[in-house]
Amino acid sequence: MALIEVHEIVKIYDVGEIKVKALDGVSVSIEKKEFVAVMGPSGSGKSTFMNLLGCLDKPTAGHYILDGQDVGGLDRDALAEIRNRKLGFVFQGFNLLSRVTALENVELPLLYDGVQPRQRAPLAAVALRNVGLAGRESHHPNQLSGGEQQRVAIARALVKGAPIILADEPTGNLDTKTSVEIMELLVKLNEESDITLVLVTHEPDIAAFAGRIIRFRDGRVVSDEKAVGTRAERTTFAWAKEVSR
Amino acid sequence: MINLIWTLKIAVKALQANKMRSALTMLGIIIGVGAVIAMLAVGTGASQRISAQIQSIGSNLLIIMPGSTTSGGVRMGAGTQPTLTLADAEAIKRECPTVAYVGPSLSGVAQVVYGHTNWSTGIQGTTPDMLAVRNWPVSSGRAFTEQDVKSATKVCLLGQTVVDNLFGSENPVGQVVRIKNIPFKILGVLAVKGQSAVGQDQDDTVYIPVTTAQKRLFGTSFPGMVRTIMVEARSLEEMDAAEQQITSLLRQRHHLGQKQDSDFSIRNLTQFMEAAEQSARVMTLLLGAIASVSLLVGGIGIMNIMLVSVTERTREIGIRMAVGAKTRAIRTQFIAEALTLSMIGGITGIVAGVAVSKIISAVAGWSTVISAFSIVLAFGFSAIVGIFFGYYPAYKASLLDPILALRYE
Repeated sequence: MALIEVHEIVKIYDVGEIKVKALDGVSVSIEKKEFVAVMGPSGSGKSTFMNLLGCLDKPTAGHYILDGQDVGGLDRDALAEIRNRKLGFVFQGFNLLSRVTALENVELPLLYDGVQPRQRAPLAAVALRNVGLAGRESHHPNQLSGGEQQRVAIARALVKGAPIILADEPTGNLDTKTSVEIMELLVKLNEESDITLVLVTHEPDIAAFAGRIIRFRDGRVVSDEKAVGTRAERTTFAWAKEVSR
Repeated sequence: MINLIWTLKIAVKALQANKMRSALTMLGIIIGVGAVIAMLAVGTGASQRISAQIQSIGSNLLIIMPGSTTSGGVRMGAGTQPTLTLADAEAIKRECPTVAYVGPSLSGVAQVVYGHTNWSTGIQGTTPDMLAVRNWPVSSGRAFTEQDVKSATKVCLLGQTVVDNLFGSENPVGQVVRIKNIPFKILGVLAVKGQSAVGQDQDDTVYIPVTTAQKRLFGTSFPGMVRTIMVEARSLEEMDAAEQQITSLLRQRHHLGQKQDSDFSIRNLTQFMEAAEQSARVMTLLLGAIASVSLLVGGIGIMNIMLVSVTERTREIGIRMAVGAKTRAIRTQFIAEALTLSMIGGITGIVAGVAVSKIISAVAGWSTVISAFSIVLAFGFSAIVGIFFGYYPAYKASLLDPILALRYE
């Protein structure tokens, strides 16, 4: 059984009198250790899809089986527990708490899993070291560059050893050089730590890092294909295309 | 426990992010708690003073006064008819089982002379029982005895004010003073009693045996006459019974027929004082209730600020939810902040309230009493205010939609 299994999922938003069908029968399954890019124009349903994968939202119809568990019928707190244990989020806007240090930001998932304060800091420090931020533990987010902030967010996603990282436009607020660094970090985690990575992007050169690309349009999956060639070939090609444009 | 301390630490940190706002919100609670403490202190002080005055008069007291006379259609005031005698007093003591002590009194004003100083004061002719009735111990020397009353000896007890005016720092016991030119030996000094309920100096008095007063100082054509008789019932419950027993006994002794009015009246002083005490207690409650309103207003201030805080930190709440914060964790965080506000405000308010009560008693001269009860009450109340007014904002925060919260700008 795949790590993520989505069957005929439908999501309808009830906006007053109008009903918006954001997802219209989507079925996808993602294996462990896959690196999947989700692409599509805005309004195609890719964000809704990510919210459902991230257990932040519930489907109107269909089934979502995560790691063998049907999460469709779970309540708020049960979903929170699944987010805490199985999922790590990386957002476009970093979404760090500005009032606390990098280390305390990374400690958050541990706090909500009831890990004792004394054990939290060492675990968080290890996670920060793994994303190359050793020595920055006591910095506040506003003392860190965009790339560093995104690394803190990645460390936060990793700290509990979650098997899945969901990244929503993780490089959207970063320059090209930093984007590549962040993508290389994510690729490294995917390859070395067996982390399953699902990434939403609309940039082909970012999507080129992924091993599989799912395209959305009007709430449906329009294409789902494995990437060809090695990662190095793909990214160089995508970069060249970008430059020549 | 560790988590509790940690939660409070985070709450303090969050409140420090907006120091001015937190301080102003706390001010509401500080004023509320301070007002409750100060008002209760003033009220408790007042009722304790009244209680002390009741104690100084004596407890379970009945006062028997002679009736009024009617002379040619003109009704004279109460006490104009010399109907009470020392024998009445003795009979009451002997025959009424509900009565503990009987203190007859024949008083008048006279000049007391010692050496070449003099002082005019009230002279009370009475029996040793009177000291028991009025709860009045002798601070030095000794009281006169029943034997002194029987043989009408010329002895006296001085109140502290009289001692101060005649003797200064000299020890008066054993000395001789002259009252209406008659020498009286001083047996003892009465303990300081202070002001009465109506502001009279109770220590400005001289006690002598009632028989001596009758024969030597204030004698009238009615032998054995006394002005009033003070009676202490054995208990508060027996006061009504005592009043009835005394009434029937005196009517019998005065040979009054069925249809005749009593030629004396009995007043129940304790009842009057208890009413005064009761009204002071009501006053305390009222003051406390008014002060509580300001605590309530302070609580609404907390709720207001917490609601603003929840809105401002919607994104933070979204982040916390995304990484796995459950409903309860979010609720606990915001309740902890509200509680921290109200508790710090409460503690500061207690300090402020105590300070204000001290200032009130120093400036206005009112006695204020800060009871442990009022402190516990104010502190507990401010904690409850924090939880109560913090709950709704916290509840609101905990039910935010994580997706909308994360997107909130």
